[in-house]
Amino acid sequence: MTTATAFDVRAIRADFPILDTQVYGKPLVYLDNAATTQKPRSVLQALTDYYTGSNANVHRGVHYLSGKATDLFEAARARIATFIGAADPKEIIFTRNATEGINLVAQSWGRANVKAGDEVLISGMEHHSNIVPWQMLCAEKGATLRVVPILDSGELDMDAFARLLTSRTRMVAISALSNALGTVNPIETITRAAHAAGAVVLIDGAQAAYHMPVNVAALDCDFFVMTGHKLYGPTGIGVLHGKAALLDAMPPWQGGGDMISSVTFEGSTWNVLPYKFEAGTPDISGAIGLGVAVDYITAIGMDRIQAYEHELLAYGTAALLDVPGVRLIGTASRKASILSFVMEGVHPHDLGTIVDREGVAIRTGHHCAQPVMDRFGIPATARASLAMYNTREDIDALVGALHTAKKVFG
Amino acid sequence: MSELSDLYQEVILDHNRKPRNFRVIDPATASQEGYNPLCGDRLKLYLNVENGIITDVAFQGSGCAISKASASLMTEAVKGKTVDQARALFEQFHHMITSPPGSPLPEMGKLAVLSGIREFPTRVKCAGLAWHTLKAAVSDQPVGPISTE
Repeated sequence: MTTATAFDVRAIRADFPILDTQVYGKPLVYLDNAATTQKPRSVLQALTDYYTGSNANVHRGVHYLSGKATDLFEAARARIATFIGAADPKEIIFTRNATEGINLVAQSWGRANVKAGDEVLISGMEHHSNIVPWQMLCAEKGATLRVVPILDSGELDMDAFARLLTSRTRMVAISALSNALGTVNPIETITRAAHAAGAVVLIDGAQAAYHMPVNVAALDCDFFVMTGHKLYGPTGIGVLHGKAALLDAMPPWQGGGDMISSVTFEGSTWNVLPYKFEAGTPDISGAIGLGVAVDYITAIGMDRIQAYEHELLAYGTAALLDVPGVRLIGTASRKASILSFVMEGVHPHDLGTIVDREGVAIRTGHHCAQPVMDRFGIPATARASLAMYNTREDIDALVGALHTAKKVFG
Repeated sequence: MSELSDLYQEVILDHNRKPRNFRVIDPATASQEGYNPLCGDRLKLYLNVENGIITDVAFQGSGCAISKASASLMTEAVKGKTVDQARALFEQFHHMITSPPGSPLPEMGKLAVLSGIREFPTRVKCAGLAWHTLKAAVSDQPVGPISTE
């Protein structure tokens, strides 16, 4: 038996109720997973169960429900810690999303550690969320933002990385997987080199977390961010992982309830990790839902998901290249199942509308990575991003829709 | 397919392939940039206005078929018109592309080929970009680049 047949995609699809949706009278073909993934029934059920049987505020009350909600919330944190290989659940900070995790690090760690003349090193394939927080920090501190360029293949220029990484580099913030190109970056090499240069490393795992196994301890990165809604979990919940020693040394970011140990009008003292960085009532149901999503993924096995998606990527790459006039943007040797492309004579936005009417949901535009579009001299791309519930038939439907677009545009 | 072929009519595809008045006017009495940050469509509109009459109008830029065809058709529609007539046409056009599907349409002449956009709410901004840029170009107050967002 091959991995593909052992991987029961029909059974997985049956766990995702939304995949039965019809759009414009056609079965939904959902290929916009890099934007957000769909949610399995167990996650949806967990949200309902929480609000019908366990809803109370966490870390506060002595009453039964508050204890139950707190237990569920903290159990989710522990499962997420295990999922990404964190040494301790207290290193898991719940945020709204990956963006908020990066902003937390830029504002808290960055303001305390980045000075005039220092440098922050990012890459040319970053999502805006891993550009703008650093731009804001650099502007405030008189520091300089440096950018590792992208090669024509969509891979990072590692020679340039080696040149740009200097004793002035305080922070290296790089995506593990590009949302616009599908490139898997050599984050192990980058992390080692950055540490050797004395820099701190933040890995943006928003895309990587649902495509490949992650182990932050083995990787040894200082900070890692991801978002729940791309990990088959709810929107509104994200995770920042940080090494405890770094997090302990950082000042709080937002002030409020839960993040304090004591408050008087003369001053306040801070709570321990992770609560120091979780001011106010958190997204309790979101965290619980994400914990269930992580269980769901673990039960299937991230290695098997990765192998299956890799086969889909190979099939999809060949199928798209078979369509006359299609050019892939992002042809790195290490890629995850994201297919960014342009089609001669049809603007990506027109393509998006036409395939949508065939029931195929793809993303068109700059994918919140405008510098990537500028780098390749294009205003936008069409992007099909595949998840574990996608099939070869989904790709065939996309290819069919592309032929329709060709017909419309003559 | 029927709504799709309503949207991508032959006239629109033709104006996309061969946009009319696709050039720079230099010198121009007015010019204005328009940008749709969501999809990256950009255009620059050039106008010659003499005694309140648009004697020449042209554009350059890149964008989807809808935005390009809309800009091309607009230049044909407003050339020779007074600024006030162009403003009135903006209002009519805006109404045409944003009114609910099925509701009666104003008499729009050749511009009516873009009425199919009503069925595609996510594409209204594409059709409107050139027109919003025109409105800004003939505004009494100078304005910065126009953005649809």
